[in-house]
Amino acid sequence: MSESIKAEVVIVGAGPAGLCAATGPVVASRSVVLIDDNPRPGGQIWRAEKGRTEDLAGRMIHKLSEHENFRRMPGTHVFGIDGNSLLCESPGGDVRVEFEKLIIATGARELLLPFPGWTLPNVFGAGGLQALVKGGLDVSGKRIVIAGTGPLLLAVAYYLRSKGANVVLIAEQAPRSRILRFGLGLWRSPLKLVEAVWYSAKLLTTRSVYDSYVVRAEGDERLRSVTVRIGAKTETIECDMLGVGFHLVPNTELAELLGCEIRNGAVVVDEFQRTTVENVWCAGEPTGISGLESSLLEGTIAGSSAMGAPDSGRFLRRNRRIRRIADRMNRCYELREELRRLADNATIVCRCEDATFGEMSKFDGFRAAKLQTRCGMGACRGRICGSASRFLFGWEADSARPPIFPVRVSSLAGED
Amino acid sequence: MSQSRTYDCVVVGAGIVGAACAMHLARDGFSVTIVDERGVATGTTAAGMGHIVVMDDSDAQFALTEYSQRLWDEFALTLPADCDHENCGTIWVAADGEELAEARRKHDFYKTRGVRSEMLDEKTLREAEPNLREGLAGGLLVPGDSVVYQPRAAAEFVDDAIRNGAETIFGRRVVMVTNGGIEFENGDRINAGNVVVAAGIGSCDLVAGVRIRRKKGHLVITERYPDFVSHQIVELGYLKSAHSSALDSVAFNVQPRATEQVLIGSSRQYDIDDPAVDYEILGRMTRRAFEYMPALANLAAVRVWTGFRPATDDNLPLIGRHPEMPNVFLAAGHEGLGITTSAGTAAIIADLIAGHEPAIDASPYDPARIF
Amino acid sequence: MKLLIDNEEFNVPAGTTVAAAVMLVDRPSFRRSVSGEPRFPLCGMGICFECRVTIDRVAHQRSCQIEVREGMVIETE
Repeated sequence: MSESIKAEVVIVGAGPAGLCAATGPVVASRSVVLIDDNPRPGGQIWRAEKGRTEDLAGRMIHKLSEHENFRRMPGTHVFGIDGNSLLCESPGGDVRVEFEKLIIATGARELLLPFPGWTLPNVFGAGGLQALVKGGLDVSGKRIVIAGTGPLLLAVAYYLRSKGANVVLIAEQAPRSRILRFGLGLWRSPLKLVEAVWYSAKLLTTRSVYDSYVVRAEGDERLRSVTVRIGAKTETIECDMLGVGFHLVPNTELAELLGCEIRNGAVVVDEFQRTTVENVWCAGEPTGISGLESSLLEGTIAGSSAMGAPDSGRFLRRNRRIRRIADRMNRCYELREELRRLADNATIVCRCEDATFGEMSKFDGFRAAKLQTRCGMGACRGRICGSASRFLFGWEADSARPPIFPVRVSSLAGED
Repeated sequence: MSQSRTYDCVVVGAGIVGAACAMHLARDGFSVTIVDERGVATGTTAAGMGHIVVMDDSDAQFALTEYSQRLWDEFALTLPADCDHENCGTIWVAADGEELAEARRKHDFYKTRGVRSEMLDEKTLREAEPNLREGLAGGLLVPGDSVVYQPRAAAEFVDDAIRNGAETIFGRRVVMVTNGGIEFENGDRINAGNVVVAAGIGSCDLVAGVRIRRKKGHLVITERYPDFVSHQIVELGYLKSAHSSALDSVAFNVQPRATEQVLIGSSRQYDIDDPAVDYEILGRMTRRAFEYMPALANLAAVRVWTGFRPATDDNLPLIGRHPEMPNVFLAAGHEGLGITTSAGTAAIIADLIAGHEPAIDASPYDPARIF
Repeated sequence: MKLLIDNEEFNVPAGTTVAAAVMLVDRPSFRRSVSGEPRFPLCGMGICFECRVTIDRVAHQRSCQIEVREGMVIETE
């Protein structure tokens, strides 16, 4: 079952950054392998909707696939590294992929924070709910609360409404004034503004509040209602589903495994997207949350740099500008203090091992808490509770260790 | 800042051995402080399997492991449930006739020394562990052996010590041990009537002349699979390979965790400092396990980790008084048996410090032999 | 596509993820947590492992990352 392949440029992640990174080297006839853990291309943001084939990511993959020097490995998880080889588990078995140049484009995940009731069925991440609907979940007629923070909330609410959902409330934890100020400061970036106006126009009929956050989800065995702090008041709202996410966290595990420097939770890169490790580039959200446009640019820059092509100063300049805007945007969705105090002692923080806030808060760091409560030892490898603990306790999560995803024991065994 | 406090005992190292020593000494009424740069159970202890096993490589090893197991069985009565102490027993698997003869020898060895064990044939072995492949010759069941979640147990030992008045100093590095106390990196000293060095491999840096080698091991833990295995299972080939040479070796060794997870081992590599996963030996180790238990191949592995067993040249731990510094006691070099033998080690150290005769003959572990 | 969820036969459209399929047929939980709580998908993107089910007798499969196949046998906890 074991297979070994080799390519000049190996890219991990088939979202916007990964697809753009592939384009240059593929057209220049370099051998390129594009690995992605999803069965479909596009990453989370371009996640193709069930049954739709004419999506952008699909078209890009189709174009790339016309080249013989391009190989795509969908549904494939990179779980470890061994020298210059990525150890992967694909639907067909385990594969070693040897690279000369590696581009990490592993995207981001939602920050999910614990509050009483967050483990109830039908409480989802906001982006998580959207992804499930794209996978065929029917939400028509469902009463849905969308909460948390970030630009994603409106996009999700809009999407759910277009699928017939009854979005009863959008609760953004950031103050309205901060977001408005930021929005007005965006006049130089017309695309974003148009997008924002579009969303708000479509959502005019949806109740939308700022300075507001879910304090509790209620129900036995299934979500029944959520209690929301709205300004100075508390309100309980009956609903069928809750989508709650707190903006994004870079997926840095693979970069960490390779020994790339990580600062403030993001992979450190230079302007050509080179990491601190030779022959390893990183593009898009893992280098810091900065959105779709930056991912497209950084993917392209990384692709050019990896094949030694001359850089385009225009791209570099544009990316710097977008990065600055993104930094301002991320600050505007900064999380409020109250969110650190939502979980009570009985609230589960590590959902894999059911370690509670009360148990974990007795320790002074993630490693000690992990050894004693098993938090972070489960299947998600601490991706959920590690990121939450960083916010709740100020703990740095344990360094990434292989396998960064659970794999069959046979995949660890490798070749005979 | 300078420490002026003087303790009866300072224990250097909060792994399972140091933790057990601190617990015993504090229970015996000594004023104790336990110091560790990285806190409780962060070194070899965290990387171990938590197998409490009676061994028979030598009479000295048997005596210490058997004594330790009895002490563990006493602890077990009061250990909190989340320490996951479970009396699952060990099955030593014999692949062929030669190994079955070894199982019989082991059976006789235990029998003459009062340890219960039971021979298994091909059929009863498979009944006991249906996931073992067909065609194995048989084995030996030792029902008294147990497993424990050792990081929790170590923390519980430290908590027990604290309840009896012990103090802890974590986050500071000890750089020197003398006959009268210890010294930290910044020059601060702690004076103590007795110093117990339970720093595993790190003991070499604290006490001149101590030689403890690293024996690197790998472990894999799976997702939860209820009833996949019910005993700790170890191949008898283990005995042929584990202690016999300086070459890298692997052996089939699986353990049922109280969490319903399966722990898969084991590997041995000498004198490697790099904690990174070595896929070559990990491959050999897992393939060895599939030879005995083919269904392991399809389980999901959640984590892989490595650890360093602190190995002495004669495979016996160093337990006892330093020959030239009479107030310094060594409790180190427990190799792959530290979880088991922490209990006996602590009892011996506490007896020596109190001036009592240890319950078992402690001369085989006397550190004087290496100086 | 015809599939078996907890020994009951259902038809769901091709291209549906297993997670969506299980939610469409309204099971009480995907998996039970270590302490016995019923759990449903959370992240929808293969990160959180809450949506694990047994598919064709292989336990611990992330249902949000896998599309239904004809004749698939799915078991929840």
